[in-house]
Amino acid sequence: MNQDIESYQEMFDRVKDNGEGAFIPFVVVGDPDFETSLEIVKTYVDNGADALELGFPFSDPIADGPTVQAADIRSLNSGMTTRRGFEFIKRIREFTNIPIGLLVYYNLIYKMGADDFYKAAKESGLNGILAADLPPEEAEILLDTADKYGLDQIFMAAQTTSNERLEKIAEMCSGFLYVVAVMGVTGARSELADTTVELVSRVRSHSDLPLAVGFGISRPEHVRNVLSAGSDGAIVASALLNIIEENLENKEVMLTKIGSFCRELKEATRK
Amino acid sequence: MISKGKFGKYGGVFVPELLIPALEELESAYLKYKDDEEFNKELDYYLKEFAGRPTALYFAENLSKKLGCKIYLKREDMLHTGAHKINNTLGQGLLAKYMGKTRLIAETGAGQHGIATAVVGALLKIPTEVYMGSEDVQRQKLNVFRMELSDGVVLPVESGSRTLKDAINEAMRDWITNLDTTYYLIGSTMGPHPYPTMVKHFQAVIGRETKKQIMEKEGKLPDTIMACVGGGSNSMGIFSAFVEDEEVELIGVEGGGDGIDSGHTGATLTIGTEGVLHGSLSYVLQNDDGQINEAHSVSAGLDYPGVGPEHAYLKDTGRASYDAVTDKEALEGFKLLSETEGIIPALESAHAIAYAKKYAEKEENKGKTIVINLSGRGDKDMDLVAKEMGVEV
Repeated sequence: MNQDIESYQEMFDRVKDNGEGAFIPFVVVGDPDFETSLEIVKTYVDNGADALELGFPFSDPIADGPTVQAADIRSLNSGMTTRRGFEFIKRIREFTNIPIGLLVYYNLIYKMGADDFYKAAKESGLNGILAADLPPEEAEILLDTADKYGLDQIFMAAQTTSNERLEKIAEMCSGFLYVVAVMGVTGARSELADTTVELVSRVRSHSDLPLAVGFGISRPEHVRNVLSAGSDGAIVASALLNIIEENLENKEVMLTKIGSFCRELKEATRK
Repeated sequence: MISKGKFGKYGGVFVPELLIPALEELESAYLKYKDDEEFNKELDYYLKEFAGRPTALYFAENLSKKLGCKIYLKREDMLHTGAHKINNTLGQGLLAKYMGKTRLIAETGAGQHGIATAVVGALLKIPTEVYMGSEDVQRQKLNVFRMELSDGVVLPVESGSRTLKDAINEAMRDWITNLDTTYYLIGSTMGPHPYPTMVKHFQAVIGRETKKQIMEKEGKLPDTIMACVGGGSNSMGIFSAFVEDEEVELIGVEGGGDGIDSGHTGATLTIGTEGVLHGSLSYVLQNDDGQINEAHSVSAGLDYPGVGPEHAYLKDTGRASYDAVTDKEALEGFKLLSETEGIIPALESAHAIAYAKKYAEKEENKGKTIVINLSGRGDKDMDLVAKEMGVEV
């Protein structure tokens, strides 16, 4: 399947043609263990995922709330490493060609060396990489490497990001722009902030890139709201990870619940 | 950002996009006020009247005789709250006030920086919340009480290893969530730009005083300056005045824990490798994948798997050298200074004393004039030292 991996642009065009938005679920690879994690990803794909957002676990994830951090710890405890992370992505490529993005803390890239990391990422079948703690100020160095291996370098835009910075970020970014919905860290929330809607339209006016909103998107109505605000996709993380955490003892139930929640979320992307 | 905050290749701003505007705001406020007359007048007033500056540069005659060197101690241990930490918390606390922030947050390991922040919060009437690993809350109950007495709120952190690095993670998350109102008061020369530069600036008073005092007493610069290094603020504070004086040897002493090869160590510069932690590129203790290891030292202030980026730069350029002493050696140093001079040092500072003893034993170092930064006093360590010595208090 490796030959015809779908690009982000192709995927966003595809869902748009269907009158939908993109549903992009997240998982920490290896949470709670390699094989279960793979089954979770398969469940995402079978139940409407248009693209996948994967996280490599990190010991000190400053941009993440308790849900993702707990997932990181479960994954690390199960023996996940960077090398095994890339093996994991190869296994995903055995059953799907939808775009796969990687959310990673920069130290993992730095330790391996950017060139080696991006090479391994490309070989594994990844589409793009977002380093959570690498703002444009420090990212210049990675852009050439991403280019060399034909990977998208994805960046975040937040409510605190000025218009001037937005221009710069949009220029450096490819694939899609990750719009941070809240002032805060990752984590499920019951309400979506009003400011999220304003942010999406502000970002929209500064960039032609596809937009996907993440952080705190945890209910079907959140998905509907961000899409109607002009986003092209919605990234759902903690709400799904909570299902994993609550059902560690019963994998069957976990996968069933994940499957039906994914269908609800995907349904919410249909206008 | 106006500056990239680099020391050679080290330092930088490795933080999520959300934090960048806050760091920009902080950088511009720092640059605005650091040379502001009114700000400095107020800071100098508090440093003198509240904290107790200047501190003495004390000639440790008994220890000097014993070790065969001329040893001076920079008495930061005599400051209010018992350590150099107050220099920085007064500086940043005032900055927060000038910026109009209405809430201070801080991280603390053993509690020293937490206390120094809480008292400044009380002084300047800014509500203060301190993140502290729940493991540390248990180990340092007395310090938790001290913070609470100064009206600080201690927030136990249950995530990760439940120690200092997790308290920093949690404080950063809080800051990301509450940027408008909140000032994050980092306690050492670490974190993203502008913190390493700014904390050095507020601690540089140690070096300035030392230089003036040693010139008065000796009529020349010292041969060697020694200081313990955790995050690196007391050492950077004293080093800063002497970096340009190439003839002065600068030595940083890390917490070796059970030994640098034991796997239980805080000797980040001695055995660590380059990595990005808590917002800057520096040396870190990590595994082959870049996952951060837990540090270990008998001294909570040296128990951190990272180190300030400027120290990484000074190490690589050879301007300063770094070595570690073990927990056991530090305890010997603790006893040595207590017995010879009647000065009970903090366990952190005891590492520098222990190193001075080893240093003085070398033939080529006999007779040298050495300044040791005695960064804190040992009151906080009484329970632990008694336990280590098998004494019931």
